Order: sequence, then C-alpha cells, then structure tokens
Amino acid sequence: MSAETVSRSPRETATGPGPSGSGPRRRPRGRTLTRVLPLAPAVVLLAIFLLGPVIWSFYGSFTDAALTGSSAQDPQWVGLDNYLTLFKDPVFPLSLWLTFVFVVASAIVGQNFLGLGIALLMNRASTVVSAVVGTAVVAAWVLPEIVAAFVAYAYFSEDGTLNQVLAAAGMTGPNWLYSFPMLSIILANAWRGTAFSMMVYRAALNDVPVEVTEAAMIDGADGIKRLTWITIPMIKNSIATNLMLITLQTLSVFTLIWVMTAGGPGNESTTLPIMAFQEAFKFGDIGYGTAIATVMLLIGAAFSLVYIRALRPEKV
Amino acid sequence: MHRNAKLALSVLAATSMVALAGCTAAGGNADGDSQSLKIVYQKTDSFTALDELFTKIKPEFEAANPGVTVELEPIQANDDDYSTKLALSQKSAETAPDVFYEDTFRLRSDIDAGYLLNIDDQLADWDEWGQFSEGAKAAGMGDDGSVYAVPLGTDTRGIWYSKPVFAAAGIELPWQPETWDDILTAARAIQASQPDVVPFNMYAGKGTGEGTVMQSFYELLYGTGDTLYNEDDQKWVVESQGFKDSLEFLQTLYTEKLALDPSEALDPNVWKKVFGELFPQGKLGGTVEGSYTPSFWQSGGSYEWPAYTEDMAVATFPTQNGEAPGGVSMSGGWTLAVGAKTADADLAFDFLALAVSQENALWYAINNSQIAVRTDVASEPTYLAANPFVADVTALVDVTHYRPATSDYSKISAEVQAATEAVITGQMSVDEAAAAYDTAVEGIVGADKVTTK
Repeated sequence: MSAETVSRSPRETATGPGPSGSGPRRRPRGRTLTRVLPLAPAVVLLAIFLLGPVIWSFYGSFTDAALTGSSAQDPQWVGLDNYLTLFKDPVFPLSLWLTFVFVVASAIVGQNFLGLGIALLMNRASTVVSAVVGTAVVAAWVLPEIVAAFVAYAYFSEDGTLNQVLAAAGMTGPNWLYSFPMLSIILANAWRGTAFSMMVYRAALNDVPVEVTEAAMIDGADGIKRLTWITIPMIKNSIATNLMLITLQTLSVFTLIWVMTAGGPGNESTTLPIMAFQEAFKFGDIGYGTAIATVMLLIGAAFSLVYIRALRPEKV
Repeated sequence: MHRNAKLALSVLAATSMVALAGCTAAGGNADGDSQSLKIVYQKTDSFTALDELFTKIKPEFEAANPGVTVELEPIQANDDDYSTKLALSQKSAETAPDVFYEDTFRLRSDIDAGYLLNIDDQLADWDEWGQFSEGAKAAGMGDDGSVYAVPLGTDTRGIWYSKPVFAAAGIELPWQPETWDDILTAARAIQASQPDVVPFNMYAGKGTGEGTVMQSFYELLYGTGDTLYNEDDQKWVVESQGFKDSLEFLQTLYTEKLALDPSEALDPNVWKKVFGELFPQGKLGGTVEGSYTPSFWQSGGSYEWPAYTEDMAVATFPTQNGEAPGGVSMSGGWTLAVGAKTADADLAFDFLALAVSQENALWYAINNSQIAVRTDVASEPTYLAANPFVADVTALVDVTHYRPATSDYSKISAEVQAATEAVITGQMSVDEAAAAYDTAVEGIVGADKVTTK
C-alpha cells in the first residue's frame, strides 16, 4: 500500500492546486504521503525483524533444522512430521493446559481484576495514598524482566523472604518453587503485570464523565449498581483492549518462569514458551521448537480475534 | 497537536534510519592486511583455567605471528548453554570461531553438522602429535576415522568422601565399598550418627545436566552389566533390568533422605554447594565426582580449602554386586578444535598446537586437575605431585567407560536425566519412568535403532 502511494506522489505534487473539484481528494493524499513516507523505514524494519522471523519460524517448523548433527548442515523438508510428533508428545497437552492455567489465573483473573480494583480504589483515595500505591505497583512493572524474575525467585525460594516472614510468625513455609511451582509463577506474574492493567483502567476511569455517574447517583443507584451499569459499560473498550494485550503478553512470558522454576520440577511448570525453548535450544531440535512456536502464534491469533470481535460493534 | 505528530514522525523516521544504517555498517568489517583469530571457549566463576591459559599464550602467539590479532571470546555460561551458544555462532561465517573448546561427547554430532575442520593434514606435519596417547588420539576422531579435535585432558569419576564424617559414623578407613549395598549401609550409619549431615549424595534430575548421568547414573548403570548403547549392533538398549535397578538405587537414596532433598538436588547450582559448602563444612559424607575435584579446592581454586588433602579420600565406585572388574568409572574430557569456516586453517591450528604444547598442557593439567593425555606430561614429577589424588584418579582409567557419543546422544542423555528426576520427585514409579524412557528413546532414534540386549 505504501509503495503505491509513493509511486503516485510526483504526479500529484506536479499538478499543484487544481480545480476545486479535485481539491478535497488531493489534500488527504498529499497528507497521506507526508505521513507514510517517513514511516517507510519503520515498516521495512518491522517486516525484517518481526514478519521475517515469523515466516522463517513457520518455514522452519516443516523442516528438521537442528543445532547439531547432520541435519544442521542440510535441513530437510519433513512436511508435518514435527506437528505429528508434537500432537503425540505427552508433554504437549500438559504444557497447553499449564499455559491456559497460567494465562487465565495470572492475567485474566490476577492482573485484570487486581488492576481494575486498584484503579477504582485509587480514584477515591487521597492523592498521597494513590501516589504511594501507584508507585509501589508500577515499581514491579518498570523493573527489567530478568531483575523482576530474580526478585520473585528470592521471594519464593526456600530460604527466601516469604518463608522468613512466615518463620517470624512461627510458621514453616514449604519450598514454594518446588512444591507449588504454578502458584508461585502465577503470583509472580500477577505481581509484575498488575501495574499495566491498573494504568489502563485509571486512564479509562478518568474518561467516565462525572455527570453520568452523578445522574445515576441521583436516580438512586448504589456503588455496585453504578459500577456494573455505568462504569463497566463505559470502559468496555478499554477492558477488551487490556485483556487482549495482557493475554498476549502472558502467553509469551519466558524469563520469569525460566529463572524461577525452569519449567520444573519435572514438567510441572513447563508452559509452551518453556517447552519451545527446551526443544529448540537444549535439545537442539530447532524444527520441533519452531513448530511449538507456530502453535503458540496460532493460539495468540485466536485470542486476538476474539477480543477484536468484542471491540468491533463499539467502534461504529 | 499537529506539530507534535510531525515531530513524532520525524523522530520515528530518524531512529529507523539510524537503525537501518547500523545494520549495514555492522557487516562491513573488512580486515585488510591484519588478520584476526577468534577463539571461543567457556569461562565460569569456577572454571577460569582455560581463560588464564589463553590469556597467557595470546601475546606469545601474536609476537610469533606479526599482524595477527587473537580475539579471545569467553562465553560465560554453564555446559549446556555454552554448547547452545557455540552451535548458534557456528551457523554463520561472520560469527563462527577459528578455534573453539568442545566437549568430547558433542564432537561426533558437531562433525556431522559440519562445524569442525578435518585436521589430518595439519597433524601429519606436527611432530608433537606422537606424544599423545592412543586413547587421546581416538577421542577427537570422527566416524570417518579422521581427526577433528585435540584433547586438552581427560577425567575419571569416583567416590569422594569425607574422612571425618565417615570416622564419626564408626566406619573403618580407608573405605572401599564392594557393592551398592555397602554404600547404603555406610550412608545409613552416617544418617544414624549425624542427623545434620547429608550421608551420600548422587546427582539426579535435569538441573545438573550431564553431571546427572556422568557423575551418578552411568556409574550405576555400567555396574549392572547392562549398558546404554550396544556398540556392536549400534542400537540403543531399552527395557534393561540394569536401567530399572539404577533408578531404584537413586530412589532409595532420595526417599530414605540419604541424599539431598530433591528440591535442592534439582538446582542446577547444587554442585557449587557440594564443593563450596557441604564438603568443607563436614556436612556431606560422600558423593560421586570427577578427577577435577581438587581444582576447586587447591590454592587459586574457586572454593579454596587447604584441608582437603587431609579430609578427603577417593574410592572406586563399586559394581552392583561386586561383579568384575570390581569398579566403574566414567571418562569424558574436552578438546580444542578448528572451526570449519576458518579463513586460515594453518594459522588456527598453530594456535591450537601452542595451547596444547608440553609446557602449556602441563600447566593446564595441574591447574585444572586434568588427567594428562600427553605422555611427556604424564611423566612429569610436578604433574604427579600436583595433588595427593593424582594417583588414585589415574588408576580409575582401568575401569572407565566412555559415553556413546553418537549424534543422538545428547537427546538420549536428556531423557535419562528426565527419568531420574521423575523418580526422585516421586512423579513416577521406577517402572513408569523406565517405560517412559523406552518410549522416548524409540521416538528419538526410531524403532529399528533400539534393542533389548
């Protein structure tokens, strides 16, 4: 599309201001040109660094590409072999289920509801309280992922903060990362990601006109009714957008889980990204790893479609 | 608003341009008349001997070869991550090393991948090659009979035990178990006499990677009479009783709490705890470890502990019921190889040859507690006197085994590790874990490549 616009441009500029009839059509085009032309390098970069790897990964999933061994030198086309192996792999259904649990519990339930709750409370709290709470929540989010992961590891590990606090209260905590690996990574991811939802919802709540809420209040609606009938419908778009973003982010969480449990013990916290990494880089089976990545891509695309659909009617 | 949009666009455009320009600039690194040699090797907080060796010979080599720059590129990672990074760098001539450090068990698979240069021609002109023992020459050989790598040293594995802990449990010293049961008996005695001491640890699980198989599972398996791989038929062994017995032994150690808690055992860094804390503090009775063990404790090592010469002792790992030859050890070792994508093979080989010269090989054998592979090093008095255990661990060569280093080996090894993890965590019974292993092996190599004997 951009190429087309660019190729037409000289003619348009050469014509100069024409008859009044063509005016309204030409002006937006000239604008489109000045907008699109500087974007071209960005589009090229996106194509090279985002679209390229996706296509390569899709292609790789049909080959036996490997890090070592004879197929590293000369990868062969193996058709659907990788996918057939994947669907027969006993770890795959487990991994799929764990990914689902992780996304639902840590993103859709944890980050989303915590974020909404904190945003609602902050709207009522004094500026000082909301500033303090806001900073504390956002702190987890601004940390680089690897740092946040180590912080979470230090918190949940056997002689970590959590167990020391429990010990001070006279209780002996279990080794969380070993005994409850899924719970630990779910809590850690909720902790890390809540800030994003909170900020999205704060912005959305600020856009809810006070008059509407006040009118409802005069009509006798109590807090819960105002929330369910006024506030939620008015920020529906933000909710859908937020859900889409955090679902996709959580689907691809890797560093946090890798540092905390590395997918273990056994396969008890092996989500799809962990499984793909292990197959591709630990066992050197790039073809198989990219097949898992492709499946993840499809799952992400399916989620996006659902959310985009939910958004559509509101846009009209 | 409009101005802001324009500003944002120009910033975006400018940054993308810079990024694009950066892409092209990175490629054009022409070398002109100066040459550079890229040396890739592993360096960790507890393995710096090779880094020291290369840093030492770099100026020497550059002085002897004017115009040549040696670029040392240590990769700071554990064994698994090191080989992954190395394999990734081999994909492109831009990043591929000229000389690199490679584990013997990955050699054949990487030769198949075309990463290693055939160095038969260079070896033919190298008068020091004759100093290498026959086993060492074979260590770097590919399936085609050509040599691709020169070993830096080799190693053996045995039981390292703490004399004070054993003495406190009333066990007669020196201790040499004849059967697996002797190990359990001693461990139970330690457990009864010293509740805060871990009696006898053996690695298990995926966390310790190759350590799990080399310093634990294979000592068990190769002492049962069964093996992992039938060399004659070139097939992988499944459904063996030895495999189940070995898993069961590990299960016994862990369920009776004779070994570390499984949650600690699965930590990839557990070996640091073994060397750095448990043995020096007298909190561990014994474990299976390599001949390189003194390198951690000797002066200049990562966990200096002068008393190790007094407190520690070595025993041979026994066979299951004392069958001949009465002991089991495993050997591996690392090599130096020339990258297949090197621009100047002879220059790269010269660097390799300097690194394994008599003087440098001696230094490396002493400082990294290696078993020497050059006969002119093995006979050096300073080598024999490097630590009190050189004679003990060298004797283990008589009962040692090598891994089946085929190109599928690393995947099979990962399955063995998974089986041990499933058993010690109680996720699977011994029979279930062995059955899962059999299925996995068949999936990796195909049904025609497995055998039951």
